[in-house]
Amino acid sequence: MAEAVLSIRDLRKTFGALKATDGVSLDLRPGEIHALIGPNGAGKSTLIHQIAGSIRHDSGNIHFFGHDVGTLGMAERARRGLGRSFQISSLAPEFSALRNVMLAVQARQGSSFRFLKPVMSDRSLIEPAMAALERTGLADRARVPAAELSHGERRQLEIAIALALGPKAFLLDEPMAGMGPEGSRSLTAFLDSLRQEAPILLVEHDMDAVFALADRISVLVYGRIIASGTVDEIRSHPEVRRAYLGEAA
Amino acid sequence: MRDGVGMTRETLVGFVLAALLLAFPLVASAMDEPFYITLATRMAVLALAAVGLNLALGLGGLISFGHAAFFGIGGYVAGIFAAHAFNQEPIFSAPFEFMGSDRMPMIWLAALLISALAALPIGAISLRTSGVYFIMITLAFAQMIYYFAMSWPAYGGEDGLSILARNAFPGLNTANPLSLFLVCYGLLLVALLVFATVRNSRFGAALQAGRQNETRLAAVGIAPFSVRLVAFAISAAITGLAGALYADLNRFVSPSMLSWQMSGELIVLVILGGTGRLFGPLAGAMLFVLFESALGGLTERWQFFLGLILLGVVLFARGGLMGIVAGKVRHG
Amino acid sequence: MSTPLLIEQLLNGLQFGVMLFLMAAGLTLIFGVMGLINLAHGSLYMVGAFACAAVAAATGSFWLGLAASLAAAAAAGALVELVVVRRLYDRDHLDQVLATFALILIFSEGTRWLFGSFPLYLDIPATLSGAIQLPGGGRYPLYRLAIIGVGILVATGLYLLISKTRLGMRIRAGESDREMIAALGVDIRTLYTVVFALGAALAGLAGALVGALQSVQVGMGEPVLILAFVVIVIGGIGSIKGALVGAILVGLVDTLGRFLLPKLFSAFMGPAQGTTMGAAIASMLIYVVMALILAFRPRGLFAANA
Repeated sequence: MAEAVLSIRDLRKTFGALKATDGVSLDLRPGEIHALIGPNGAGKSTLIHQIAGSIRHDSGNIHFFGHDVGTLGMAERARRGLGRSFQISSLAPEFSALRNVMLAVQARQGSSFRFLKPVMSDRSLIEPAMAALERTGLADRARVPAAELSHGERRQLEIAIALALGPKAFLLDEPMAGMGPEGSRSLTAFLDSLRQEAPILLVEHDMDAVFALADRISVLVYGRIIASGTVDEIRSHPEVRRAYLGEAA
Repeated sequence: MRDGVGMTRETLVGFVLAALLLAFPLVASAMDEPFYITLATRMAVLALAAVGLNLALGLGGLISFGHAAFFGIGGYVAGIFAAHAFNQEPIFSAPFEFMGSDRMPMIWLAALLISALAALPIGAISLRTSGVYFIMITLAFAQMIYYFAMSWPAYGGEDGLSILARNAFPGLNTANPLSLFLVCYGLLLVALLVFATVRNSRFGAALQAGRQNETRLAAVGIAPFSVRLVAFAISAAITGLAGALYADLNRFVSPSMLSWQMSGELIVLVILGGTGRLFGPLAGAMLFVLFESALGGLTERWQFFLGLILLGVVLFARGGLMGIVAGKVRHG
Repeated sequence: MSTPLLIEQLLNGLQFGVMLFLMAAGLTLIFGVMGLINLAHGSLYMVGAFACAAVAAATGSFWLGLAASLAAAAAAGALVELVVVRRLYDRDHLDQVLATFALILIFSEGTRWLFGSFPLYLDIPATLSGAIQLPGGGRYPLYRLAIIGVGILVATGLYLLISKTRLGMRIRAGESDREMIAALGVDIRTLYTVVFALGAALAGLAGALVGALQSVQVGMGEPVLILAFVVIVIGGIGSIKGALVGAILVGLVDTLGRFLLPKLFSAFMGPAQGTTMGAAIASMLIYVVMALILAFRPRGLFAANA
């Protein structure tokens, strides 16, 4: 089996008395979509924050392509190929959708310490950015300021930005949140095609999408993984049923 | 790739203002009224200082309440270099002997470099913080330099330092008010060009993105700290250059150039004109100096009314003059 | 160097620290509860000093003046809060900085308009004008000791207020979550006005007390304000304990630095150069200390929301 792209071992994080992450181990293998599900308050977002580097974990390891990235900041991890989208859209509101994506293209290409050439006439930035926008269906909204985009469009923009980074792994935090059925369907199809480019660690509540997309599912409850396996294994797993439905298996 | 009417109108107004600033002293010169030429020079120099701050504040969102530190450093560079050149005493003798200079280009270069160098440690510490902390810390650093200048008698201490003869610029008689104005105006135009270039560049994109959403910038893999530190240094250099010109204009430098009041004035210039706008500092400086001289002529209490107007601007006219003229910024 | 002299300087440092604490406590409360950076706090210090001087001159009583300073500063604070500051809570820091900077101009020039440009004089009250014997010889002004006493009283009073009263509870709640307590029905607007007026009263008290030691003049508040900023940055914005520790630290470091550094440098460089060098470094010392502390703890020593 190929080596795991992302490997989390015994990750822990407490906030005061609350054990948000209580010894979580999981990995992300090449070419797969690994879904992370769990009831509200399970600590899924906190886990993503720790993997991405926006929150410092207390103990445990995070290995990305075999390298320990635990001491690196968020920007450095992103540079190494860890692309993420945010649960609550985090965009540059005054910039257009295009400029938001161009920023990611710029970051991918290397140094931002270029002072001379205007970005708005730089095809090496604009073309890849437009390509990413086209793939996520936002091409005709390219010039609209991010603050003026609809909620669904902002989620799409988040994905476009992550795409433009050309990452080696995706961390997607509830990309379907707040999207209607139409939007969810097309996003599901899109994510399906995305797995060939880079594996995806997908946090989601939308069970239809999860069951349609996931190669493996891990279930997080009160900061611990209580079950991990294929779609069928999880569907019939007694503890999972108990956690979600509160009934005996 | 021009975008919408607002931008063109803004640029047009900006050009008109720049033209007015040039025409005004030319007319005054023809009418033999040197006072007004000096006034225009004051506008140009303060505008230059504000362009520097605008880079950090307007583009980067860094609310520096200590930019007077760089303004004053530039001023003291001019004063100290000129004093030593005049007295023929070296500033330092090792590793080589340096006698100061009374040539503007040399002084400008030194002002740019030394201000930028000073900005590095100040920025390195201040930029580890954010929000209110950043504001207070930049203020505190400027105060530190202010008090040092006050208590260092070699260069005048509280009384300041005079520049006995205006520094020289090749090919010009800088004692001539109009010549000095043209030098300052030229530098202002260069600075505006630098600002526009930086704003449109990749660096500028990263800087502005960091202002709008710091997390977003880091999430794409650009470290906000480095971008901001470099912006802070460039900003300091430009404001420092303005300080050197200011000292030459007044033929005097004193700790008041380092004071918190000066830092406040610089922020006022940027905001009056429109934070982040290319020609904002120009508009702000022209308005401010006009106001200062017109109202100052009427009453000694003019700062009271300035306070009221500022309050009004903050509460009701948030985009400053350029904001009123050109509407919301379109970033494209 | 004699012990009495050292003790005298230590006490001076403490007194300076106490006065800074009065300023810093108000500032940090206002920022902690309302999220507002208030540059006009120095103006409220000045208002307190002027009110005290004016009333003391008119009535002959320092104590009436002191009462007037508290009342005037609190009233000025409440007025400013109602008319201007209220509109700033939702604004970004830049707007708050500029608006409160504008208030400094208005207060300063307004005061100059009313009272003229010459300083007012405020005399130390007769009952406090003596000096007492210190252990080890030497005498120390009673007035300055009284100021230290006031500081201890205020610190204790604030502690009791914040931890034992309902107002204090609302203040603490407001510091952690502004929106929440509004949702819970606490009258935010009155709370904010009260907190602002309280901070203003403390600043006015500081101004009046110091006014008797130095002179009362326009612009006296700003240098103190900036030092108070240093104090709360060192102590941690939003923390009263931090303000106390920071203030005492700043007061002692500054006073002892100005006393000791010239002597220290003189030992190496000779009296003329040493005094100059020492004085110059001493004037920067507190900022250097601030920078060092921030290099290791960017949010200060006792950051409220770590």
